[in-house]
Amino acid sequence: MSNQGVDRSKRQFLTTALTVVGAVGTGYIAVPFLSQMQPSTKAKAAGAPVEIDISKMETGQLIRAAWRGKPVWVLNRTPAVLEILAKETDKLADPLSLESNQPKSSNNEFRSIKPEIFVAVGLCTHLGCSPTFRPEIAPNDLGEDWKGGFFCPCHGSGFDLAGRVFRGVPAPTNLDVPPHRYLSETRIIIGDESGADA
Amino acid sequence: MKKSHLENCGNWFLDRFPLTKLWNDHMAQYYAPKNFNFWYFFGSLALLVLVNQLVTGILLTMNYKPDAGLAFDSVEYIMREVPWGWLVRYMHSTGASAFFLVVYLHMFRGLIYGSFKQPRELIWIFGMLLFVALMAEAFMGYLLPWGQMSYWGAQVIISLFSAIPVIGDDLSLWVRGDYVISDATLNRFFAFHVISIPLILIMLVFLHIVALHEVGSNNPDGIEIKASKDPWGHPVDGIPFHPYYTVKDIVGVSIFIFFFATVLFYMPEMGGYFLEHANFIPADPLATPEHIAPVWYFTPFYAILRAIPDKFAGVIAMGGAIVVLFLLPWLDRSPVKSIRYRGGIYKKAILMFVISFLGLGYLGMQAPTAGATIMARIFTAMYFGFFLLMPIYTRWEKTKPVPKQLTDQPTIEDRIPGWKATFCEMIKEVPVQKDGETVMRKRPDTSGIINVLIRTAKNIKASLD
Repeated sequence: MSNQGVDRSKRQFLTTALTVVGAVGTGYIAVPFLSQMQPSTKAKAAGAPVEIDISKMETGQLIRAAWRGKPVWVLNRTPAVLEILAKETDKLADPLSLESNQPKSSNNEFRSIKPEIFVAVGLCTHLGCSPTFRPEIAPNDLGEDWKGGFFCPCHGSGFDLAGRVFRGVPAPTNLDVPPHRYLSETRIIIGDESGADA
Repeated sequence: MKKSHLENCGNWFLDRFPLTKLWNDHMAQYYAPKNFNFWYFFGSLALLVLVNQLVTGILLTMNYKPDAGLAFDSVEYIMREVPWGWLVRYMHSTGASAFFLVVYLHMFRGLIYGSFKQPRELIWIFGMLLFVALMAEAFMGYLLPWGQMSYWGAQVIISLFSAIPVIGDDLSLWVRGDYVISDATLNRFFAFHVISIPLILIMLVFLHIVALHEVGSNNPDGIEIKASKDPWGHPVDGIPFHPYYTVKDIVGVSIFIFFFATVLFYMPEMGGYFLEHANFIPADPLATPEHIAPVWYFTPFYAILRAIPDKFAGVIAMGGAIVVLFLLPWLDRSPVKSIRYRGGIYKKAILMFVISFLGLGYLGMQAPTAGATIMARIFTAMYFGFFLLMPIYTRWEKTKPVPKQLTDQPTIEDRIPGWKATFCEMIKEVPVQKDGETVMRKRPDTSGIINVLIRTAKNIKASLD
């Protein structure tokens, strides 16, 4: 039995100490709880490179492949298309791809290693829909100025056939070009950065 | 007199749990204004739909498989092979749309009768949190069937996070749990959809109702019934919630169930608005459907997102469209609550707001053509104008005198003679030859119809002043 009065400062100290210990403990347990939602080791490992055979591609043809669960396009562009791409740059938001993602080997006028073969990740840089391939010139629904390109049906972003985004659309940057390199004249490997300057 | 065993049991329970007090505080002695009109059905209807979603949802989890390889087929299995599975699934999917319809009408009620104003700001805030939680719940639920719309809708919405500077990409990666929408995403959305968000919803409903019953319900006249009390301390204009409104709500529930069942049995997909056509195709990560649009209840916000030609600004505008709703109690400077006594400027502003909201909702379903984008920008400006200019125009507002007590409105029975007279004005008796005889037949009267239309237009114009 003690008749001492309440030691308020001691009580305050204990309250503060307990609060701090509790907060630190909560912080510690939050790390595994939140990290638990990060991609698993298996998901991280699934990003293996993909090989694409382009020997059977015709000019003007687009083929699709899956890499890391994303669509990857390989487009064989005609000389007429390349001519348009070289000329029609005034409506583009980033004609020189300064703000956009591409490996160094594709950081050039046509955004590709070989001018005619264009490789891109087929996801709009706005909100990740897969744009549709619209190579025709001046179709009814896209207007007379359309010189062929990719059109995103979700939010109306347009890209030319080098994946360069037009001005005044929601997409902020050009389509991503994935790291890739040529294994031979007719075989491309997507996602292998060795050898390519990504 | 000797007490029965049942009574003893009951008393044992009541001595240990305040059931009588709870019942009285929230039902039998909770005094609600006596002049509730049909707008006041939607609160209890929202509760009914919530129960519907919980019950059917639990039944659906018994056969649904949250696995990217199995999900789509398990939904088809529920639809085709589980006894009554189609009914439970359609009740759940129709219930989602009904939930939003009821909640939008419930929120609009608050808007016109000033239910968000002092002292009910906190009820409004809890309600808005409920709305946000409901949107999260609906969005995550829509991924579960793993159809094309599920997949690409989720892709678009999760990509919204990536628009946030610096942390955006890591955040969307964390939400997805993978580099693309995948099995990991589906599985965690299932967990959120069936456990976390429903718990949050129920907790918020509890807070919403506790806060409501603390300050008391608003009413179509927008005056505080607690201001005038009878000698027993009950509001003069109040009636106990039970039995008056419990019984009245049964009428509302019956009418609601009539419409709900009609949709459920005759048009469960609602022509692609409740269940979109593209969602009957399994998710394909390599191809976006030609036309993608969210379910109808998200389209107003989606149209705002699309109207802004910049990724980050678009996301900000879409989020802002919801944030301004939270601020409503502090944006509105008018001392008068109900639309009945507010100035013409507020009525016109609300009309513009409704037009912009419905317009955005329509445009959000359409393909993003140039003309549609311009319209969406105009409606977006109107939407934000309604809220952001509110502190200015509600100060200019010339309000009408507010009565001390609730007013009597004419009932439907009172109005029937008037409707009959109007109907008679619009028709005339015309002689018609039938089987060689002349008989009098009722036919529309053009001049009468024009008179009625002019009068109606004048009345509408007068009601906006």
